[in-house]
Amino acid sequence: MLKLVTKNIGIENSHTLAVAKANGVYSRVEKALAMAPEAIVEDVIKSNLRGLGGAGFPAGRKWSFLPKDSPKPRYLVVNGDEGEPGTVKDKYIMIHDPHLLIEGIIITCFAIRSHKAFIYIRGEYDLPIERVEGAIAEAKAAGILGERVMGRDFALDIVVHRGAGAYICGEETSLLESLEGKRGWPRLKPPFPAVEGYQRCPTVVNNIETLSYVPFVIEMGGQAFADLGSERNGGLRIYSVSGRVNKPGVYELPMGTPLRQIIYDHAGGIAGGRQLKAVIPGGSSAPILTAAEIDVPMDFDSLAKIGSMLGSAGIVVFDETVSIPAALLVLARFYAHESCGQCTPCREGTAWMTKIIQRILDGDGRMGDADNLIRIARNVLGNTICPLGDAAALPVISWVTKFRPEFEEWIKRGRPVSQAPIPVTHIGERTAVAV
Amino acid sequence: MPKVTIDDLTIDVPAGTTVIQAAEKLGIYIPRYCYHPGLSIAGSCRMCLVEIEKAPKLQIACYTFVTEGMIVRTTTEKVIVARQAILEFLLANHPLDCPVCDQAGECKLQEFYMQFGQYDSTLLENKLKKHKAMPIGPHIMLDSERCILCSRCVRFVDEVSKTHELGIFNRGDHSELLPVKGVTVDNPYSGCLADVCPVGALTDRDFRFKVRVWYLDKTESVCHGCSRGCNIEIHANRRRSHHNDGKLVARLKPRFNGEVNGHWMCDAGRYSYKRFESEDRLLQPLVRLTGKGQEKADWTLALSQVDEQVTHQIGRTGVAAAAVIATPDLSNEELYAVRRLFMQGMKIEKIAHRCPADPNGVEDNLLRKSDTFANTYGAGLIIGAPHTADPTVETILEAAGAGKLKTLFIVGDGLLSRYSADVLREKLKNVETLITIQTHGSVLTELATVALPMTTFAETDGTICNSEGRVQHFDQAIPPVGQSRPLLEMLVDLANRWELKAAPRLPESCFAELAGNVEYFSGLTYSKIGDAGVNPSRRSAATATA
Repeated sequence: MLKLVTKNIGIENSHTLAVAKANGVYSRVEKALAMAPEAIVEDVIKSNLRGLGGAGFPAGRKWSFLPKDSPKPRYLVVNGDEGEPGTVKDKYIMIHDPHLLIEGIIITCFAIRSHKAFIYIRGEYDLPIERVEGAIAEAKAAGILGERVMGRDFALDIVVHRGAGAYICGEETSLLESLEGKRGWPRLKPPFPAVEGYQRCPTVVNNIETLSYVPFVIEMGGQAFADLGSERNGGLRIYSVSGRVNKPGVYELPMGTPLRQIIYDHAGGIAGGRQLKAVIPGGSSAPILTAAEIDVPMDFDSLAKIGSMLGSAGIVVFDETVSIPAALLVLARFYAHESCGQCTPCREGTAWMTKIIQRILDGDGRMGDADNLIRIARNVLGNTICPLGDAAALPVISWVTKFRPEFEEWIKRGRPVSQAPIPVTHIGERTAVAV
Repeated sequence: MPKVTIDDLTIDVPAGTTVIQAAEKLGIYIPRYCYHPGLSIAGSCRMCLVEIEKAPKLQIACYTFVTEGMIVRTTTEKVIVARQAILEFLLANHPLDCPVCDQAGECKLQEFYMQFGQYDSTLLENKLKKHKAMPIGPHIMLDSERCILCSRCVRFVDEVSKTHELGIFNRGDHSELLPVKGVTVDNPYSGCLADVCPVGALTDRDFRFKVRVWYLDKTESVCHGCSRGCNIEIHANRRRSHHNDGKLVARLKPRFNGEVNGHWMCDAGRYSYKRFESEDRLLQPLVRLTGKGQEKADWTLALSQVDEQVTHQIGRTGVAAAAVIATPDLSNEELYAVRRLFMQGMKIEKIAHRCPADPNGVEDNLLRKSDTFANTYGAGLIIGAPHTADPTVETILEAAGAGKLKTLFIVGDGLLSRYSADVLREKLKNVETLITIQTHGSVLTELATVALPMTTFAETDGTICNSEGRVQHFDQAIPPVGQSRPLLEMLVDLANRWELKAAPRLPESCFAELAGNVEYFSGLTYSKIGDAGVNPSRRSAATATA
């Protein structure tokens, strides 16, 4: 099985410069720095490398939006604020192969003519921050970063910025606000960061995983990388699998790998021989799929076609013992807690939906509650400044619609359908969803 | 000039115009909370969502810029549902305490709910508890349960007053507007916070529980606190004055004028209304009869005393020993009437309007001017320009102190903030006939031979010129307080006694005569001055360059 970004994971001390270099990291810098920056952008466009933070916007096209004639400095901001429940991929890259990330940053900065990059890392990520900072120090000492990158006429500095614990700061414009030392409130768009980003200068914001694939695009060429994946979804990506599976973990597989194959062939199937009930395919914001819907290729376009999304590819698997209303409360509470409070629908809607779900679970539900939840979620959907409102609304709409009888049964009986106690377990990695 | 169609009406607007502004030009009002034309765009309340052809989602009208051929709809089903949804969200944690809220009657939550809401509540959940009735500064009370987090106030203290006292703290529905820890909101413009707040979260402590807003009558006026001439409204409670200890004027509010004060006014001006009906108003004429002390008198006695005493004194000591101080607190009409009677009628040479600077005057980059007289510019044109001597108040008082003046009229307010009572007593002790025409009782009225009570600008019509020369009109808001009378009327009565010509009794006719006699005002009438005022100095500058 071909591995790219996770190739070196498992090798002892893979995070150190010596081991990384021995395993091919930084070998693509020379080739890239010999190319014209525009040629790199072209190649990345050809590669169909998508934004793997969740939105799936083609990376090369994002780079091409930088204004050509702006006299202002340009910045690369690396989004390492991995907060989407069910997603642990960037963490692995930062812990195990931080030099690969730096290599991707060097090539990207060269391509977009930037001399300063910021890596914004989730505040709770102690070890990833330590590893990335260590790698930057090593790279600086070795002349890989600094006034002359690897002896070439190209200067690059990388600064690590530690987040302070807000999911919203993973949204690119609030990340920029936070990076500028302000409150993490999303900005109104336009202008987009490519035109006015960090300090109102042209800025590219890319996810850790996206940038870590850039060296491989250079190595194999855009077309070859594109051919690894599915149509318009180039290359591989990392799927984080958690929940009720036998082998939870991170799996690097081609774009478009069917969900069934990931769950049963790679993650070892459902734990305890129980039945599959539902799957969140792309982080908690992605609309839920029922057991009947898992024969879908895991790429951005295929999931969009069936009304869900690939997002961050955080796959959370629910077996038959999971109570959907109880699990939805976990998510609703998360979004209500993380809503920044700036715009009305998200601020009030997320909290209101949480209160209704809580009341249903407390045995005080009303028959209209399911409809009201969907109505409130639809009133949030599309009416907010940033995608957090949609991220909170989509699960509510899909979960209540697809598992409506379970909600209504709980409302009628005032207690869960199943007499079995709701298991509260942590399977495998400390996954975000504990039901 | 992009052409935009909103609800089937089409208009050309300059590039950079937002949909909400274009709609306003067409007379279409799009409801809004966070949008305020005097502040930056927040785009956070989402009340102004509208449907734009070819856009997949509803767009906020406050931050969508008009493009050529754009077609906007503000009354579709989708828009109506979205507005209802926003109102429902805003009320989800709102206490609905309208019966005890001062904002009731001018609250955008109430207004928009009546217009765009009015559905049955689906809310069964408990509401959040936040800070109530929290005095955050000398003038402002915060009730953060009523707050809809539109951030207008935060933007005001960041962008306009630049004092940064407020912030929004915490996240999600626990977000709360609060002053920064340890900070009091007492900037010179803090009263504006109650104006920008569209709901009852920030209310004016001075106005709290005074009167229900629907009992207020609104009169367009101009602040007399300094030479800026901020456009204001006087809100008077003529029908329910017993709610407010019998006082009529309940508050002043800024009135938009882009050329003068924008949307704002300073706190000093805002709370200056208290002097209209303060305890020390001179409510009745005072006369000093020979051999007796000062006594209250009716107008007939007071005017006959002025007649007799002045005629006697000037007959004895001559017009050269007579002088008039007319302060620039007076309106153009009042100054003209002074000029007509004293200068042209009585031939008094020494008429002074120029006073020393007010030691308490403050100047800043926003509105406040250090010249605390409202009409210095007008006084210079009407009193200063025509005569050659042009004495100052200082020289008049010097002459009086040296015993060279025997008859002195002091007309208008403002000397008390520039001279101490002791200095005035000393300077005026040799004046034998002192006639004061003042709004308030003071050392001047105590010393007066006859003290005539005059109306304030709230009680009469008139015009003033601000420091840039802009002629602005103010309307009478309340009847004269006590037995005070407009200066124009008094001077007509005096002129009749002396068989002299006076300026017309009515301000508008007086202004017409002024316009015919003072070049600066030529061609102007009250209707030409309008609500926003005009600046003839620009007109002359324009002709000069042409």
